[in-house]
Amino acid sequence: MKWQRKDVLAIEDMSVDEIRHILHTAKVMKEILMRPIKKLPTLKGKSVVNLFYEASTRTRTSFEMAGKVLGADTTSIAVAQSSVSKGESLYDTAKTIQAMRADLVIIRHSSSGSAKFLADILDAGVINAGDGQHAHPTQALLDIFTMEEQLGDMNGKKVVIVGDVLHSRVARSNAWCLQKLGVDVTFVGPPTLVPFEMEGLGVKLAHDLDSVLPGADVVMALRLQLERQKSGLFPSLREYSQLYGLTTERLKKTEKQSIILHPGPMNRNVEISDEVADSAQALIERQVTNGVAIRMALIYLLIGGSSNVVA
Amino acid sequence: MEGTIKSKILDADGIRRAITRIAHEIVEKNKGTDRLVLVGIRRRGVPLAERIRQYIEKLEGVQVPLGILDITLYRDDLSTIDIHPVVHETDIPVSIEGKSVILVDDVLYTGRTARAALDATMDLGRPARIQLAVLVDRGHRELPIRADYVGKNLPTSRREIVAVRLQEVDKEEDVLLLEHEEDTSK
Repeated sequence: MKWQRKDVLAIEDMSVDEIRHILHTAKVMKEILMRPIKKLPTLKGKSVVNLFYEASTRTRTSFEMAGKVLGADTTSIAVAQSSVSKGESLYDTAKTIQAMRADLVIIRHSSSGSAKFLADILDAGVINAGDGQHAHPTQALLDIFTMEEQLGDMNGKKVVIVGDVLHSRVARSNAWCLQKLGVDVTFVGPPTLVPFEMEGLGVKLAHDLDSVLPGADVVMALRLQLERQKSGLFPSLREYSQLYGLTTERLKKTEKQSIILHPGPMNRNVEISDEVADSAQALIERQVTNGVAIRMALIYLLIGGSSNVVA
Repeated sequence: MEGTIKSKILDADGIRRAITRIAHEIVEKNKGTDRLVLVGIRRRGVPLAERIRQYIEKLEGVQVPLGILDITLYRDDLSTIDIHPVVHETDIPVSIEGKSVILVDDVLYTGRTARAALDATMDLGRPARIQLAVLVDRGHRELPIRADYVGKNLPTSRREIVAVRLQEVDKEEDVLLLEHEEDTSK
């Protein structure tokens, strides 16, 4: 297949072949990541800039490590200490980074569409590390990678995504990615957080977790954004936890050895109990490792060759 | 294959004899099979390494560990070539620490693949020594690299192409010398 992308902004416009190609490349990258000496000369002389307008631990560190393993020079801009705090616009910040001859910019921003905005002005490649409520493509890719690593081909399997779907770019990107690969996806949560308009994504919607658990191969808990409680979208943490929290008892209802995913950071004993989070079923740390492999694959595919065509 | 066939350098029997001799030489030079690891360089080095292993097993009754090396991420022409090569897995089942690693490839030409393979191997640990076995050495080195075991020395011009075809990959078994289709407009 031909890899011709300059940017990775969303899963929506990706073909199944492209997704498969990324997953294949990530498998190779994971082997490298597990080596005692995890350093390659591949991207020597290439520079990658992390531009994070929102708080992030794992995604930013993950991109940084991914670039470093491949031999690129990575720089992170902490927005709070940068000229952004003096009022510089995203446009001007981007132009400045371009003028420093960055080859790739990784952006996280609270506004949906900001990654696309950046990709349109820059010659450098852009990877979307989360833009508003729109998309978080690398999370969706690492999730499917983790599922397939554990369960094999996911075609025809059932994934239940629980929680604050409305505000979740992780849920949206997963819906696109999983459905392209033939997975049966159900969103479940309180009606305020799983509104019926979301049917437009092609997924099944439900409000009763216990009724959708039977047969689920994967159960993914989303982080409950605690600030949502103030806006009245759910009455209390205790009630939320009782209805939608993942517990060992409740997960027996899947009637199989389901795997549990969480994009992190977790609110323990709210959306996921300690017992579940620390169980063998939960592959939450594996997701983090695989995240580095997926990001290595994307960085390699975007800036590893002069013209990005794959034989 | 691009180009016209000029001659057949080795047929199936020729390849078999060359590989058998290389297997003997490896055992002789290393005084047995102790601490040997065979590593095939993708793609055609892999079946060649597998065959060498089988011959060594026949000779010595020992199964030497066999690994696969993908050197894509170590190429020095990644930023200049037009195609963006697909990476494949490197899979070496044993530690190479303190071992005698025999790298196996089909053709030795500029030496750049061998250089990349040396770097890739060294990133996996510190072997006691690395040796290189090739089916065909066609000359034109651009780096100070030589092979320890050579199936066939073949003087060539740069315009010529050496095509190694193996049953496992190509469903054919021979080594051919081809000439580039001449651009007559020049």
